Formats: sequence, structure tokens, C-alpha cells
Amino acid sequence: MDFGLYLWTTLGAFLTLAIFSFLYKDNPFYKIAEHLVVGVSAGYFAVILWHNGLSPNLFQRLNDGNWYFLWMDSTAPWYLIPAILGIMMYTRFSKKWAWVSRWPMALYIGIATGVAIPLEMGARVNRQLFAIMERSIDWANFFGVGGFNLLDTASGLSQLIVFVGAMAALIYFFFSKEHTGLFGATAKFGIWILMIGFGASFGYTVMARISLFINRIQYIDNNWLQNGLNTGITPIEGYHAGYAVIFWLVVLIVVGYIIREIMTYLKTKEKSA
Amino acid sequence: MKYKLFMLAIGVLLCALPLLAQEVEEAPPDSMVVGSVPAIPTPAPVTQLSGEDGKNDHGHAVMLSWELSADDRPGDTTSTVLSYEVFRWVPSMADTVEAVRLAYEEADAIMRSDDAPEGARDKRNDLRTRYFDLLEQYPEFYASYPENGNWKNIGASPSGSTTYEDQGSKERLASDYLPDFCDFRYRVDAVTAVATIRSSSEIFGPVQSSGQYFNTGRVPILIGVLVFGLLTLLFVQQARGGKDLYVRPLAGIEAVDDAIGRATEMGRPILYVLGLGSASDVATIASFTILGRVAKRVAEYQTELIVPTYDPIVMSVGQEVVRSAYLDAGRPDDYKEDTVYFVTQSQFAYVAAVNGTMLRELPATNVYMGKFFAESLLLAETGAVAGSIQIAGTDEIAQIPFFIVACDYTLIGEELYAASAYLGREPILLGSLKAQDWAKAAIIVFGTIGLLAANFNWTFFTELFRVTN
Repeated sequence: MDFGLYLWTTLGAFLTLAIFSFLYKDNPFYKIAEHLVVGVSAGYFAVILWHNGLSPNLFQRLNDGNWYFLWMDSTAPWYLIPAILGIMMYTRFSKKWAWVSRWPMALYIGIATGVAIPLEMGARVNRQLFAIMERSIDWANFFGVGGFNLLDTASGLSQLIVFVGAMAALIYFFFSKEHTGLFGATAKFGIWILMIGFGASFGYTVMARISLFINRIQYIDNNWLQNGLNTGITPIEGYHAGYAVIFWLVVLIVVGYIIREIMTYLKTKEKSA
Repeated sequence: MKYKLFMLAIGVLLCALPLLAQEVEEAPPDSMVVGSVPAIPTPAPVTQLSGEDGKNDHGHAVMLSWELSADDRPGDTTSTVLSYEVFRWVPSMADTVEAVRLAYEEADAIMRSDDAPEGARDKRNDLRTRYFDLLEQYPEFYASYPENGNWKNIGASPSGSTTYEDQGSKERLASDYLPDFCDFRYRVDAVTAVATIRSSSEIFGPVQSSGQYFNTGRVPILIGVLVFGLLTLLFVQQARGGKDLYVRPLAGIEAVDDAIGRATEMGRPILYVLGLGSASDVATIASFTILGRVAKRVAEYQTELIVPTYDPIVMSVGQEVVRSAYLDAGRPDDYKEDTVYFVTQSQFAYVAAVNGTMLRELPATNVYMGKFFAESLLLAETGAVAGSIQIAGTDEIAQIPFFIVACDYTLIGEELYAASAYLGREPILLGSLKAQDWAKAAIIVFGTIGLLAANFNWTFFTELFRVTN
């Protein structure tokens, strides 16, 4: 690792630790990292917007090489319409003409809604409904394909649970009828089904987040500590196991602190309840 | 003597070699020996080759189908067919058209360069006009079959496949542009491991491609939208007529007013996050309605409102919504343009900024309504640490669990849409909410009948709901 790369790696490690410092409390290091990432991303997305949006989708379609007559010989002169609508948005800078910007906004939302309605109806209603009807209940393998297995998702019982659960969850989302009696009991069953699903989803996503955390720790340990120390750039030659021990101790302290905070928060919640 | 006999044998052998070679050449053309590999016989050709215009598309596509070659038996290791090569008859003029297109591209590049010579633009335009004129003549070129043209390999399908879609671009200036309304003719070759050993099908054609204005595969969606629209109109009329349409209380929404009151008492601001969706997302649109309600109350109570946004269009719409709310509350002068502001379009940079705002401004209430992704827990967790009352609502199923865990109230999925109707009590929203309930009832009924239909093989019923393309 050369010195330049090592400096960038060090900056990455510093910013990672600066963001993690937020776990303790808001502090100047976090503020530096926060403002840096917001500023950099704003600049980055401005460039992305130009190269992936405005340039290929507007200017290249209108441009015939002569900026004075941008659209004169374009094969798609109708792209002037969105260009004008886009320019109309800038009238927001004038209090007198700000009302003009409502026209492109209204058009945008109107078109987007028109596009969204058939898509939503197709994807969330028709296709889901058809999926229910597509397969009959597998009565031959009701308790599991090829034997008794309640965890078999292809079994007839699983199919039935999915169907009943979906219908009960749907009943929970009835808003114009009071949830009482049998209807209320079914809705309650529906919310239980939803919560079971949410619990599984929560666990799955938390595991994914843990892997992201591990990735950052590996970055600090492998890319920064080990590589940096092995290059001889730092005063101490070679990677010393003691550094890793110190580093992991710090990690343990941070994790311990997070657990303590969560426990305190939960206890406070219990007391207030 | 031995020497003479040896020379005689060599002489005979040399004379016989051409004969032997001739015999090899005269070997049956339907087999070949490659080293020790056994001879591959010529495969049987595909049969029943047919084609039709691609259905429910914008044109520029032809769908071909055929019966497998008799030597293509899926699962049988002795099958000799490896793939099917598809050929389209292309007029010789196509080469000229392509040459003009390439010349146009070159002229266009020269014209766009910094050192473009004088007249480069006219030259480019002339070439483009010529190219478009030639494209107009494509139907005549294709009609000249079989004169002045040849077969062009346009693609291949693996063995076992019986279809191929000849799909070209609809952009006239693209290299793979496929013109509509031309008489196309096709041929399919069954190809073996030795590319030269193949057999051609009978020629199919003519067939033309064209676009359709009406997508018949989406008729069920049209019916669904129409029925739902009619139901909505019906219930909106009822609501306008003064009929009291019941909406069950939603704890999360009832808590909004209390939360605003709390913020006022504490003298702290209210943070409203519209999520990462665009202004066209249904969840964001529902969130605008709730923002309007919150902003109106905030204006009445003279509390501070903070709305950091992720999308510039969402920011613009949000500003309009909040401005209107202040106007409705009779306090237009209290409205500040900076109430709704843009942060960045980078997901985690946005989170970092909003988290920082939470800990610095210490809002009494955080409201998260709209479309959220991986940032949901990061926001809600920080809000909980800051001690804010938190109310969330999203239709992103994967994010709901995080809000449930870290927020005081959570609107699950469609509750977010219902919340805007519950808050506004406007006839249009109430009517649409009632229509939604009827639509859900219809889904339950049709779903149950559909499941029965699947078990009794009533395919006619299930097919009513099939959506294609």
C-alpha cells in the first residue's frame, strides 16, 4: 500500500469511527463526517443528474451541435416540452411568478398517478389474486411432500395457512366497519399473522445490518490497521497482535455501551407504561 | 528383385491414392468423421415453422414458433441437435441503408466535434434525410423476395426451444432497427455439434410486424380500475349527499393532535419526514395530505415545523402543501420558505443530516410518513434516543417492523392511505376509502371462489384474472 492510498484509507477509517461516535452522543467528529457526506453526495448527485439525466435524456436529443439552434434539426423536437416545463420550475425563485411552477408539478403528479394506477392494480391486485387461484391445494401432500413435515412450504397445509392468513390480514385493513364480534376476531388473527411476518422480516434484516457492521470493522482492521502497519509507513514495523487486541477491546466497549443504552431505554419504557 | 518389387508397390500406391481420395470425397454428405468421433448424421429439420406479429407490443417484433426436429429429444443424450439458428431474408439494399446510417453517425460525430468544418451540419442533415427516405422504401425492398437479397442469421435458440422472438429497436437511427409493415420471411436451421452439418426448415412468410394501441392482455386491469372507479364515484356521491361514512379510529393518527400539543407545551419543533419516495409514489401523496393537516395545526398552535426532504420535487410540493395549510389556518405571514428544505439525494447522507437535526433541535415529535427503506431504523432509533414522541407510517412492508419497534405509533401499510381520509374527512377521500373496503371484500370473495375453482379445475374462472405482458 503506497502512502497516498494509506492516507485515503486512514480518512475512510476516521470517517467510519466518526460516524460510530454518534452512538455515544452528537459531537464535532460526527458533525464533520455528516457535513462532509452531505456536501460530497450533493455534488456527486448533481454530476450524476447531469450525466445520467439531463445530458442523455434532454440535451443530446435536442442538440444538433449548434447551441444557438439547439432543437432546429433535432429528430425529437418534442423534447422541448419537458425542457420548458423544467424551466417553469425555476419560477419558484420569484414570488410574483411562483404560481407558474404549479403547472409542471400538477402535470408530473397527474401523469405519475395515471401511470401508477394500472400498474398498482395489475401488480398488487390482479396478479396477487391470480397467484391464489393458480394452484390448487395439494391434498395428496397435505402435511408435507413425501412425509410429515410441518415446515414444508410446498405442503397443502402451508398453502392453506397462506390463503387464510392473507384473507384475515385483508380483513384487518377494513376501515369502514368496526372490528367487533367474529369480524373483529378475524381481524385480530390477521394482525397476528402480520406481526409474525414482521418479526421474521425484522430478524432477517437485522442480520443483514450486522453483516454491514462486520464489513466496516473488517475495513478498519484489514485495510487500515494491518495494511497500514505492514507498510512501515507508521513508526512501528509489522503488524502487532497487541494493536488488534486493543482495537477489538474498543469494539467490545462500544457494543457493550449500545446494549446498556438499549436496556436502559427499554426499562424507561416499562416504567412509563 | 526385392528393390524392384518395393518400387512397384510404391508406384501402385501413388496411383491408387487419388482414387482413395476420390472415395473420401464421395462419402455421403450426411455424415462426417472427425478423428475418432463417430459420424454425425444430418439432423431432421424443424417442422411447422410459423410466425406472427408480437402481440400487445409497440411493433418491431415477430414471434416465431416451430415443432422440434425429430433429432432433438430433450433429456435424450443421443439427440444430435445442439441449437436452432434463425435466419431472416434481408434485401441487398439493407447494406446500403446501413452504410448510409453509419455515414450519418460519422457526419454527426464530426459536426459535434470542436473543429467541425463549415457545412458539416448540412452534410449530416442530408445524410439523415437520405437515410429516412431509404427507410420509407423498406416495404418495397422486402417485397422483392427472392430477388436481390440473402439470408441473414439473426439469432439462435438452444435445443429444446420452440420459439424465438425477432425483436428489433423502434428507434429509427439504431443499428438494430426493425421496420414495421414489411414482408419478412424466416428459416430455421437445426444445427449439430459440427456447424456445417445442419438442416434447414421450409421458408415461412410473409409476416409483418406492427404495434397495437390496445393491450388485450391487460383487460382484467381495465375492468378492475373501472369497477373501482365507479364504486369510488358512488361513495363520493353518498358522502357529498351528507351520508355519514364510518371510519374506524386509527391510534397513530389520533395521537398526531396530542403530539402537536405536546410540542407546543414544550416549546420544541415538530420534525416531519416525507420519506425517500418520489412525488408520484402513492405513499408520498398520502403523506402530503397528512403533512397538510399537521402543518395546519402547527400554524394554529404557532409551533415550529421542520421538513427535511430527499427529493427536489417532493420539496416543491411539500412547500406548496405547507404554504396552503398556513393560509387555511389564517396565518400566511407565519409561513417560512425554509420550513421545507432539500438535503441531498444520497440515502445515508440524508439520514446523517436528519439524525443530526434530531439531536440538535430535539424535536418533541417526529412524524415519518411516506416511503422508507434501509434508513427507517436509523431515523427511528435516533428519534427514540432524543426522547421524541414518534409516529410512523409506510407501505414498505420490509420497513414496518423497524417502525413498530422504535416508534410509539405505527400506521401499517394501507392505514397510511386511510389516515389521510380520516384526518381530512373530505367526501372524496372518504368515498375512496369506502370503495377500497368494497374492493377488498371483492378480493376475499373472488379469492375464495378462485381457490375452489383451482381445486375443481374451473380454469375458465381463473383465466378471467390472468394478466399478461
